Amino acid sequence: MVATHIVESEAPMLDKKLDVNDQDANNLAEAETTNVDPAKKSTKITSEDIDVYYGEKQALFGINLDIPENSVTSLIGPSGCGKSTYLRCINRMNDVIDICRVSGTIKIDGNDIYDPSLDVVELRARIGMVFQKPNPFPKSIYDNIAYGPRIHGLTESKDELDELVESSLVKAGLWKEVKDRLAGPGTGLSGGQQQRLCIARAIATKPEVILMDEPCSALDPIATATIEELIDELRTNYTIVIVTHSMQQAARVSQRTAFFHLGKVIEEGETTQIFTNPQNEKTQDYITGRFG
Amino acid sequence: MLKVFSVELRGKVSEVLSLYVTGFLTYILPPVIVIGIVYFIGKWKAQRLLKNQGVAKNTGTAANALSLHSRPPYHGAFLALVSFLPAVIVFCAWSIAEGPVIKGMVNSTLPASVGELEAGKQDLISSVIGTVENGLKKLDQKELALLEQAAQYDKEVNKAAAPVEPEAIRKLFEDKNIILAENPEPYVLSAALKSRSFTQFSTYGKYTLFVLMSIAAFMIAYSSIKLRLRARNGVETIVKWFLILASIIAIVTTFGILFSVLFETINFFQIIPPSNFFFGTVWDPRFGWGATGGDGNFGQYGFLPLLWGTLYISFVALFVSVPVGLFAAIYMSEYAGSKLRSIAKPALEILAGIPTIVYGFFALVTLGPFFRDAGAVVGLEINASSVLTAGFVMGIMLIPFISSLSDDIINAVPQSLREGSLGLGSTKSETITKVVLPAALPGLVGAVMLAASRAIGETMIVVLAAGIAAKLHMNPFDALTTITVKIVNQLTGDHEFGSPETLVAFALGLSLFIITLMLNVYALYIVRKYREQYD
Amino acid sequence: MEAQEVQKNMSNDLSTHSAEVKRRMSKRLKKRQAAEKRFQFYGMAAIFTGMMFLVILFTTIISKGWPAFLQTSIQLNVNLDPEIVDPSGERNVDKLMQANYTKIARTALYAELGGKPKNRKTRKLMYKLLSRGVDVQIRDVVVADPSLIGKTVPIWLYAHGNVDALLKGAIDRNTENSSRLVKDQQLEWIDKLVASGKMAKQFNWGLFTHPASSQPETAGLGVALIGTFFMIIIVLLLAIPIGVAAALYLEEFAPKNRVTDIIEVNINNLAAVPSIVFGLLGLAVFINFMGLPRSGSIVGGLVLALMTLPTIIIATRAALRAVSPSIREGAYGVGASKMQTIFHHILPLAFPGIMTGTIIGIVQAVGETAPLLMIGMVAFVQDFPTTPMEPATALPVQIFMWATSAERGFVERTAGATMVLLAGLFVLNAAAVYLRRKYERKW
Repeated sequence: MVATHIVESEAPMLDKKLDVNDQDANNLAEAETTNVDPAKKSTKITSEDIDVYYGEKQALFGINLDIPENSVTSLIGPSGCGKSTYLRCINRMNDVIDICRVSGTIKIDGNDIYDPSLDVVELRARIGMVFQKPNPFPKSIYDNIAYGPRIHGLTESKDELDELVESSLVKAGLWKEVKDRLAGPGTGLSGGQQQRLCIARAIATKPEVILMDEPCSALDPIATATIEELIDELRTNYTIVIVTHSMQQAARVSQRTAFFHLGKVIEEGETTQIFTNPQNEKTQDYITGRFG
Repeated sequence: MLKVFSVELRGKVSEVLSLYVTGFLTYILPPVIVIGIVYFIGKWKAQRLLKNQGVAKNTGTAANALSLHSRPPYHGAFLALVSFLPAVIVFCAWSIAEGPVIKGMVNSTLPASVGELEAGKQDLISSVIGTVENGLKKLDQKELALLEQAAQYDKEVNKAAAPVEPEAIRKLFEDKNIILAENPEPYVLSAALKSRSFTQFSTYGKYTLFVLMSIAAFMIAYSSIKLRLRARNGVETIVKWFLILASIIAIVTTFGILFSVLFETINFFQIIPPSNFFFGTVWDPRFGWGATGGDGNFGQYGFLPLLWGTLYISFVALFVSVPVGLFAAIYMSEYAGSKLRSIAKPALEILAGIPTIVYGFFALVTLGPFFRDAGAVVGLEINASSVLTAGFVMGIMLIPFISSLSDDIINAVPQSLREGSLGLGSTKSETITKVVLPAALPGLVGAVMLAASRAIGETMIVVLAAGIAAKLHMNPFDALTTITVKIVNQLTGDHEFGSPETLVAFALGLSLFIITLMLNVYALYIVRKYREQYD
Repeated sequence: MEAQEVQKNMSNDLSTHSAEVKRRMSKRLKKRQAAEKRFQFYGMAAIFTGMMFLVILFTTIISKGWPAFLQTSIQLNVNLDPEIVDPSGERNVDKLMQANYTKIARTALYAELGGKPKNRKTRKLMYKLLSRGVDVQIRDVVVADPSLIGKTVPIWLYAHGNVDALLKGAIDRNTENSSRLVKDQQLEWIDKLVASGKMAKQFNWGLFTHPASSQPETAGLGVALIGTFFMIIIVLLLAIPIGVAAALYLEEFAPKNRVTDIIEVNINNLAAVPSIVFGLLGLAVFINFMGLPRSGSIVGGLVLALMTLPTIIIATRAALRAVSPSIREGAYGVGASKMQTIFHHILPLAFPGIMTGTIIGIVQAVGETAPLLMIGMVAFVQDFPTTPMEPATALPVQIFMWATSAERGFVERTAGATMVLLAGLFVLNAAAVYLRRKYERKW
């Protein structure tokens, strides 16, 4: 009973935040409509019994999670709960770490991505990733965006590439700010701009899924708001999975939420449902700020 | 086991033992004992002061004024340092100054005609004076008297026959196993005798001053030991000055190199015009300068062929080592599993620890002949000593140098850049060539410049494998020579020190020093900037 | 087959790309994967090349050098005839040193091979089986035990360098007699001696003890080892205290200002100055200005100490920096002065790092040749030096001198000396590794 009270007191606060931004309010509304008709969105990514080990230490325990297409799914949970580890399984970024071992199956559109015959390079071209700290390459803004299309050979002519760079920057909401300094260094931008540059870079390869690993944790509130708006716009074309530390952010941007704790998915479901009516006690404790 | 040693060596062993034992007993042990005694006197006085105060303490005075400021051992050390340090400093300064001062005084007694002789001849005379002076020790009273008589004889004043002919004196010394370079003139003998008496006088003065100063300093320091004496601070200040002195030595070394080499270079340019050196394209020093010095033609000292050889060989070395070293570093830091790394890394470290003379020997007996024979098979004429051999072996030597430097630099590139690139679906090699290497480029350029500086200054490999022909040609299969080879050649031959053949080595050394210094300063600067960027 | 199927499926699923782009991408992917393979291959090839050079270097040196540790000798029953050895009968050592031992050796050889040949040429061929250094060997036996005079004793004497080369296979028996260094008649004698066990290869202690010599069989590293030893001692005595003191000042006391910046840059540069330039410094300052003896190991030691100084300073500073700041704070907390903190706490903890750096510096110094050439340590030294002021050579310089000698026998000596040098450096490095392991981070 006590818990419910706290949730109730939390809810108006959330509402208040959402009121600040009409768009966000619409999100929630839209998320609710999704809830009404689940068949509308088909499942993009399915995970079955994912276990991950770092050497001897097990980091993830039997994760089962479905991620719907063209929506934002947020992964929340206390530090070290395995949410980033799971995210990195989706584009097999964990392969980079020598001692990391993954078992179980992750399927994208029904194809197992851990199939040994699958080309990880091709996979990653389909699944873009945005990292915690903005990591623009020490190249010009133009070259940063053009990097992906160039290596994959997406364009045939210079004009085509220019067009792609422009459209990516437009989609990332950065075009107006940088159109006069495309030859300038990407590292010369502000933190928020750098992160949007990284998002533009990810978009440029035309991925189906974009993974975001705490994309706003290194940014100030204004830059964060811009990125959140951007995520919401991108949702129409891309499947987005976002790891976040901030429950407010999860509530603002995502339609579905999964709560991770000690390497397990404790609860997952519609964002509104997780935040207003969590089924599991731990989830409740976490979102009410008892731990984490 | 002892049987394998020859009689000479066995004799030497006992000689060495007795020499070092007596040396220790006379020169090391007594000062150590004296210093130890002084130390204990200081410590003892401090302890006694404390004890006396301890009695007073019971009567109840302010605690602060009662205890020692520093513990007794510091008082001991303070007393020992203050007693002897000033005297030691003065003693050392005197010892350094006495040689040149006495030499100057002795030279001023030589007849004016000696001053007009050429530099080489003057050096000879002063070396004979030195030998005679050293030889005086072996003479007995009678022989000394004879010598003094000979020294006073003056050809110009008394026309009578000399009491002892210079030849006879030379013979006298030869009997004592002392070989003189020429027959000693009377003024040489007189100079040697004077030099000996000056030295004796100086030695007595030096020791007397040392003892007096030590005693005076001891008295002052002893009376200054009080309860509240800040002995520890005093000792620590002295230790700190020692530390400062030590770090100054590093600076002094650099300036020592610069000034000593510069000084001899100026001497060289007083004989050979700088244009001959810097813009000359022919290297042909005339040997036997003493004999042909009259016509003012000292041969040609063209620096350009040497510079060309140096740069060409260094280029070949970098051409071999940069790709191999860089790829090895990339593979080790980006691909290799821990097993391969645990083998390859120590192997490269061993390669780095091999002295260059070993590489030189390898070039001389193995690689040079191999290239020559291999060239003969395909119809190429390859010299055993060639740019190719020297450059190739130097390249092998530089592989571990490049790979360990590049390894550090590549590892400094943040992991997030690699992940960003891999996340976009690039392959590992694309990530490396398109993101990691461009990001690491400034550091890598610095590493290559450091390697170039090493190649330019490398000596033993080129001495054994490059040849001595100072030419200007492009043929990698033919011999060329380098700056370092010529420095070695000019200084290991039998030339007089003041001759241009020898002095040119310093001009070459200065050029080498400046070239490598500029490369190093710039390379270290960009490597440092590069590291700061990712810190 | 199935793998391809999956790949195809995946490609077809790239919904955001047009069919044209998809086709291009998958075509390109093959090329990219090939490029990746190629790139990895280059990397492996580079590592393999480096390791291969190491193997080639070592096999060359060991295969050329191992015979140097063996020396062909001939066992002869030497009659120490008092008439020749000590006609006066005084047993005076100086006189004993000067007797004609060559004659004794030759007589013994003639006896062994069936009498003194009448023909002068044959006689020469016969005594050329013996090294020119055998007189010293007999002399050593006599001087060590004068009571042997008048007796006949069996002594192993060095064979000539050419005989040695023949037994080690460096001279081919099957070449034409005229162009062969060992003649047919000599071959006959050698075979006879080998068959009777009078000629054999023995461990060559002389390689370590003999001084310089113009004949390879009597040339050794004795003087070079002593010179290197003296120089190591001088480097240790000078470079460690000065280097550690300088590092302490720079790391712990020096204010961070322009001057210390310059000192820092200066030390880093000093570490990269070509070694030959240090040799010029030694020649100009220590020999010409200060008047220290040319060729003496004191000058070599001083030059090498200056060269080692930057290495020790850099290593010591790194070791000091690695000591945890909590230890510093703990010591200050109990009221220790700065000096006490450093000497009682920090320096002992930094000790293994300092030792490792020092040994690396010593290893560099021991292998250094060029500066020693500048200060005249390339002398032909036959007297063992007793003090650092006397002329000496050093191990790497001896290698250089032998490497440039014309005689065949010196090639194996050079390689043998190189093995000795490398073994010494290996021991030093092993000591560094051992120290690092033993004292590493005990707090």
